[in-house]
Amino acid sequence: MKKTGAQILWECLEREGVKHVFGYPGGAILPAYDALKHSSIHHVLVRHEQGATHMADGYARATGGVGIAVATSGPGATNMVTGIATAMMDSSPIVCITGQVGSKLIGSDAFQETDITGVTLPITKHNYLVTHADEVARTVREAFYVARSGRPGPVLIDITKDAQQSCCEFDWDAAKPQLPGYRPDLSPAPEEYAQAWELIRNSKRPVILAGHGILVSGAEREVRDLAERAGIPVALTLLGLGAFPASHPLNLGMMGMHGEAWVNHTIQDADLLIALGMRFDDRVTGNLKTYASNAKKIHVEIDPAEINKNVKVDVALVGDLREVLHELLPKVETVDRGEWLDYIDRLKGDSAVRDIQNLPDSGHLYAAHVINDLWRETRDGNTVVVTDVGQHQMWEAQYYKHEQPRSLITSGGLGTMGFALPAAIGAKVARPAAEVWAIVGDGGFQMTMSEMATIVQENLKVHIAIINNGYLGMVRQWQEFFYERNYQATPLLNPDFAKLAEAYGIRSMNVKQRSEVVPAVQSARRHEGPVLINFQVEQEDTVYPMVAAGASLHEMIRRPSSIVETAADE
Amino acid sequence: MLNTFVVYVENKPGVLTRVASLFRRRAFNIDSLTVGRTEKPEVSRMTITVDADYDQARRIEANLYKLVNVLLVENITQEAAIVRDLAMIKVAATHEARSHVLELASVFRARVVDVSPESLTIEITGAEDKIDGLLDVLRPYGVLEMVRTGIVAMRRGSKSSVPLAPVNGLAQAAAAGDEDVSCSV
Ligand SMILES: Cc1ncc(C[n+]2csc(CCOP(=O)(O)OP(=O)(O)O)c2C)c(N)n1
Ligand SMILES: [Mg+2]
Repeated sequence: MKKTGAQILWECLEREGVKHVFGYPGGAILPAYDALKHSSIHHVLVRHEQGATHMADGYARATGGVGIAVATSGPGATNMVTGIATAMMDSSPIVCITGQVGSKLIGSDAFQETDITGVTLPITKHNYLVTHADEVARTVREAFYVARSGRPGPVLIDITKDAQQSCCEFDWDAAKPQLPGYRPDLSPAPEEYAQAWELIRNSKRPVILAGHGILVSGAEREVRDLAERAGIPVALTLLGLGAFPASHPLNLGMMGMHGEAWVNHTIQDADLLIALGMRFDDRVTGNLKTYASNAKKIHVEIDPAEINKNVKVDVALVGDLREVLHELLPKVETVDRGEWLDYIDRLKGDSAVRDIQNLPDSGHLYAAHVINDLWRETRDGNTVVVTDVGQHQMWEAQYYKHEQPRSLITSGGLGTMGFALPAAIGAKVARPAAEVWAIVGDGGFQMTMSEMATIVQENLKVHIAIINNGYLGMVRQWQEFFYERNYQATPLLNPDFAKLAEAYGIRSMNVKQRSEVVPAVQSARRHEGPVLINFQVEQEDTVYPMVAAGASLHEMIRRPSSIVETAADE
Repeated sequence: MLNTFVVYVENKPGVLTRVASLFRRRAFNIDSLTVGRTEKPEVSRMTITVDADYDQARRIEANLYKLVNVLLVENITQEAAIVRDLAMIKVAATHEARSHVLELASVFRARVVDVSPESLTIEITGAEDKIDGLLDVLRPYGVLEMVRTGIVAMRRGSKSSVPLAPVNGLAQAAAAGDEDVSCSV
C-alpha cells in the first residue's frame, strides 16, 4: 500500500512496540506531526528538546526498552545534543528523530538547517540521514536494532521534509535491516573461560566489581549466584547500584571517588578483580598507576573496545554478561573465603554499623538525613529514584539502599545537570505503577524545571525532592578542598521553589527541620498528584569520603573526626 | 610503531567521515589514509597507517569495528605485504642538470611523465622508503612540487582477506528479521 514517509514513520514505531514518544514540533517535522493523529502512539509534549531526550533516556533505563525523542531541524535538533551525549556515555538505548530541511535545500544554509548527523557523529552509536520516503522503514528498523543490541546507545534519524511528505510503497517485511558489518553478538573462546576459572580458583582475596552492564544484560541472578557460590564480596559502581541487593551480606556498597573507605581498601588489597559490565572509569579507579596493583583482573564486557583501555586485564571475556556467566558459573568452585571476608569486616570497623538514623538531631537538616528518611519511607514500594548531578547525587548513592534493579536512574558518565526531572518523567511514563522521586539539587533543578509543566499537562504523579543548599554544592566542595574556599560563582540566589511549583499547579512544601522530613514524605505519598518538597538543608555540608581527582583509590579524604565522634556517641 | 590497517567499509556517503572522525575523537594520529573502490561496487577499501603501540592498535581495531558501516579490519603490520606509495615529483632541471636527474630517475626505476624547458616531472611507485630515497637525491636539484598518494597495501600470497563474497549473503542473513539477525562475519 502507498503511504507517506510520515505515515510509515509512525507505523514502524508502532511495530517496534513504541507506546510513547517525547517531542516538540517545528517546521521541518510538521508532516510527521500531521500524520500523528492516525497513530495509537501517545505524544508527550515537552518544554525543551533536551527534556525530550532525557525523558526518552529515563524511559529506556526504567524498562530496558528503547525511548523515543522527536524534534524539528536546526535549534530543535541541537537542543538534543546534551541528552544524546548523556545516553551515549551511559549506554542507554534511545532513538532520536529529527526533521530536516528538504533534500534539495541541504547544504544551502536554508532556514533552520543544521548538519545534525555531522554534529552528533561522535555522540551517537550510529546515525542516519533519510532523504527518501522509501528509506524510512528500513532505517527505523535498523535504528532500533542498533540502539538496543550489543552495547546499547543512542541512534539519531534525520528525515528531510520531502521524505516525510512523499509517498512510496510500504512493505514492513521487505524493509529488513541490512547491517553486514555490525557484530553485536561476540562470545569468548573456551580457553578464556579456563583461564578465568583458574584465576578464581587460585584467588584468596577476590572482589566483584558490579557495573551497569548487569542491568543492561539482565544478569542480576547470575551475579548473585557467582558471588554466593564463590563467597566473593561485591562492590558496585554508581550505575551498578540496584544490580546486587544492598542488604545482601556480600554487598560492600559503592566504590570509587565517593565510595566508603572499606570498599576502596578492599579493592586495593584484592588479589583478583572480577569486573562485570563496568569500564574502569576514572571516577572508580582513581590514579591508574596505583590501582589494585596486586590484583589479577578478569573483565567481562560486551564492548571489545573497553578491554585494556584504562586498566590492563589478565583475562577478557567479551560477550553478553548473562550468557558469559551462564557458561562460567557451572565450573566456579565453592570456596570458603571466611578469612578475606573477616578482614573486610575489620576494615569496615564501626563505620559499617553506624546508623545515620541514630545521629542526634542537632537542629540542622542534613541532606544525608533527608535521603535516609526518604529511603525508609519508600523502601517497601516499587520506587524509582532519579537523581541529578552533584552532592545530593552522591548522598543518594550512599544513603538510599537500592535492593531492586532499575530503582536508581542517574547520569553517571556525562554527569549532566538537569537530567533528573525529565528523566523522572520518562521513568513515570514507562512505569506508571512505580513511585517516582526526582532527587535534585537547587542548581540542576533550574536547568530543566520548565518540565514541571509537562508533569502537569500529562497528569503525572512525579515527586520532586529539592536538596536546597543554596550552592552549586559539589563545585563548592571542590573549591573548599582544592581552591582555598574561594567560592567563586557557586552561591545561588534561588527563587521560591514552593511558590514556583504552585504556579505550575504542583503542590509544594518547605522542610527545614529533621522532624518534618517523614511527615512531608508521607503526605506527598498520600497526595494523588505530584508534589515538590523543598528541603532546605545545611549549606556547607561535604560529601565524604572523597578520593581527590588523580589521587590513589586508597588515599581518601575521610570524614572529619567531629562527625565520626558524633556517630560513636549513639 | 607504524601500524598498517586494511579496512573494508560499506560504500555509502559519510563513511569516510565516520572513520576519520573516530581517529580524531580517540586522539590517534593518522599518518596516511587512502580509500578507493574494490571489485565489489558496494564495498570500499581503506589503507590506514597510524602510529600506535600494540594495545593502542588493538583498541583502534575494536573501535573501527564499532562503526556500523565497517565490514572488516585487518592489521597487516606484521604480515608479509606489498605496500605501495605513488609520488609525482617536479624537479628543476635546466640544461646541465637534466641528464643527472634522468639518470637518477632510471636508477630508481621511476618514469618521466612531463618535460618542460625548466623542469622534469617524475612518477615513482614503490615502498615509502624507496620514494624517500629518490626524494633525497633529487632535493639538491630543487624539488618544485611533490605529491604522494599515501600507501595502499595488500597481503602477499593467495590468501585473500576479502569479506566481499559473503557480503550480500550477510545482508540476507541480517534481513531474516530482527530476532535472528546474524551479523557476525
Ligand atoms: C550541565 C552541567 N553543568 C555544569 C556541571 C558541573 N557541576 C557538577 S556538580 C555541580 C553543582 C550542582 O549543584 P546543585 O544542582 O545545587 O547540586 P548540589 O551539588 O548542591 O547537591 C556543577 C555545577 C555539570 N555537571 N553539568
Ligand atoms: Mg545545591
